[in-house]
Amino acid sequence: MAKELLKGNIAFAEAAIRAGCEVYFGYPITPQTELLEHMSQRMVELGRVFLQAESEVAAVNMVYGAAAAGARVMTSSSSPGISLMQEGFSYMAASNVPAVVIDIMRGGPGLGNIQPSQSDYNQVTKSAGHGDFHPIVLAPSTVQEAIDLTTLAFDLAEKYRTLVFVIADGTIGQMMEPAELPEMKPVKTEHPAWAVTGAKGRPRNVITSLFLGAEELEKLNIDLQAKLLMIQQDEEVRYDAAHLEGAEVVVVGFGTAARVAQTAVNRMRAQGLPVGLFRPITLWPFPEKEIAQLPQLYPTIKTILVVEMNAGQMVHDVREAIAGQVPVRFTGRMGGIVPVPEEVEEEIRRVLTSLSAVTPRKEASNGRVAL
Amino acid sequence: MAVLPFNEQRIDDVPVRERHEELVYNRPKALTDRHTHYCPGCTHGIAHRLVAEVIDELGIREDTILVASVGCSVFAYNYFEVDSCEAAHGRAPAMATGVKRVHPDKIVFTYQGDGDLASIGMGEIIHTAARGEKITTIFINNAVYGMTGGQMAPTSLPGQKTTSSPFGRDLMLCGAPIRVAELIANLDGTVFSVRRSLHDARHIIQAKKAIRTAFEAQIKGLGFSIVELLSSCPTNWGMTATESLDWIRDSMIPTYPLGDYKIAPELVTKKR
Repeated sequence: MAKELLKGNIAFAEAAIRAGCEVYFGYPITPQTELLEHMSQRMVELGRVFLQAESEVAAVNMVYGAAAAGARVMTSSSSPGISLMQEGFSYMAASNVPAVVIDIMRGGPGLGNIQPSQSDYNQVTKSAGHGDFHPIVLAPSTVQEAIDLTTLAFDLAEKYRTLVFVIADGTIGQMMEPAELPEMKPVKTEHPAWAVTGAKGRPRNVITSLFLGAEELEKLNIDLQAKLLMIQQDEEVRYDAAHLEGAEVVVVGFGTAARVAQTAVNRMRAQGLPVGLFRPITLWPFPEKEIAQLPQLYPTIKTILVVEMNAGQMVHDVREAIAGQVPVRFTGRMGGIVPVPEEVEEEIRRVLTSLSAVTPRKEASNGRVAL
Repeated sequence: MAVLPFNEQRIDDVPVRERHEELVYNRPKALTDRHTHYCPGCTHGIAHRLVAEVIDELGIREDTILVASVGCSVFAYNYFEVDSCEAAHGRAPAMATGVKRVHPDKIVFTYQGDGDLASIGMGEIIHTAARGEKITTIFINNAVYGMTGGQMAPTSLPGQKTTSSPFGRDLMLCGAPIRVAELIANLDGTVFSVRRSLHDARHIIQAKKAIRTAFEAQIKGLGFSIVELLSSCPTNWGMTATESLDWIRDSMIPTYPLGDYKIAPELVTKKR
């Protein structure tokens, strides 16, 4: 199919439809509302299920019901709405039902604002609800990647019977870019054997997250952790990298922050400066091994600089991966401000200058927030 | 087969047509063969049985999906021999909406208590009814939170002493009881909303008829149907089983009048 000019939110919605999404429940919230609006028209045209719920809490529990019933189901929201949906995420994780969630992040905490932000990184990758679980988290940095990762999200959700998040800041939701949509996949006609479909000629199915016996619940947790470990080991880790050869400073970022950093890195490389870029695409499972190996594979690396549109959330995962091999520094903007390439470039130059002052590798610094 | 003296014959040895006994009471197919966890004197067991009998009589067991709630009936999915899921507290109507929209040809029902439905889940039940969601809700009103140990519910009676209203429910502080059947009846999506009681045999029979009509409303695809059942909680009321049945009659019914608050014309049976 040919490329067309697509708005991010529309791309997410249309990609889900073409991936065979049968059911969508949502609630309006800026900056993701166009996604819901697109679904309200297209899903109905295609004879599929669209329902605007009375709240994010209701929406996520409708998703839970549809997932338990065996459907390819999706919801979408933005940061404050994701907070409300955490109840359902936890129940779905315990019940091992698949669903896709799109989070178009905005500035927080609280009602915050409607500007682009990456402030949900911790919430989504580490604490999507009470209890021990992680959803798979995918982070696109272009509209094309939004399409590709949404398509992938449905397959991963069903493969592992898990929640899959695609998280993007409001920039990606709102901007228009040329992108190519895939062909329409047929909607599946059969429901999985474990789903609640009416116990016709078979023993009844029960979908529950309640296990009162401590041993029983520990067993569920052991199984859940085994599944998460399998996802981590199953080559589901995705990332992108550029200019690592000979780099002394490697910038690590995801989504829009990575895209801004890419511009800065490209400009500096053109000037012959030793800088590279590493962009995690799966935020969970996190490319921990790949980041850990960077200083060994590229011995020129002297410092890692993490760039985020928050107060420094992913930086902790990077530090854990690097484990003191080289210093890990941080720069970021908060409150819905997107850094411009010039300020990232300036920060990289500052790091490069400090490197020429102190040549030997030293222990990881605490990083700092550039305000 | 050797013919034993009459008083030594076992029932299984007698051909059915020669037996004088007739099986008049058995476990409905829609109930599992399992002891419930309900307290002695609690009417949840009766409500379960009535629902199961209706499912059997309508022949819908293999097409029915239960969405259980949180509270004493949290384990309802252990007792109904149907496909089941267990919702978060108060969210059963939302979860049931998800199930029904995926399987519009199946019969979906929620079974919820008063803490679940009338407190934390009030938003979900109101909007599910307003949408005319084609599901059925069995609503157990026993005027307390049973599972957590008898705290005040939105349905607790004025002055009722509970573990969280030790001085009695003060209407100036906590407001008045919520009458759910009347409230839900006000919504256009509701096609059937009635209140019945489980305190004696006559009322139990009336309750079963209402449950049957509620399921029939769904089978006909008319809209949302709900049956509120006044139910006993001797453990948390601090009463004997019989005292608690008397308390339903004497104390609950005056606050919660039994009656038909909405019946769609399609459901009115013509009297001969």
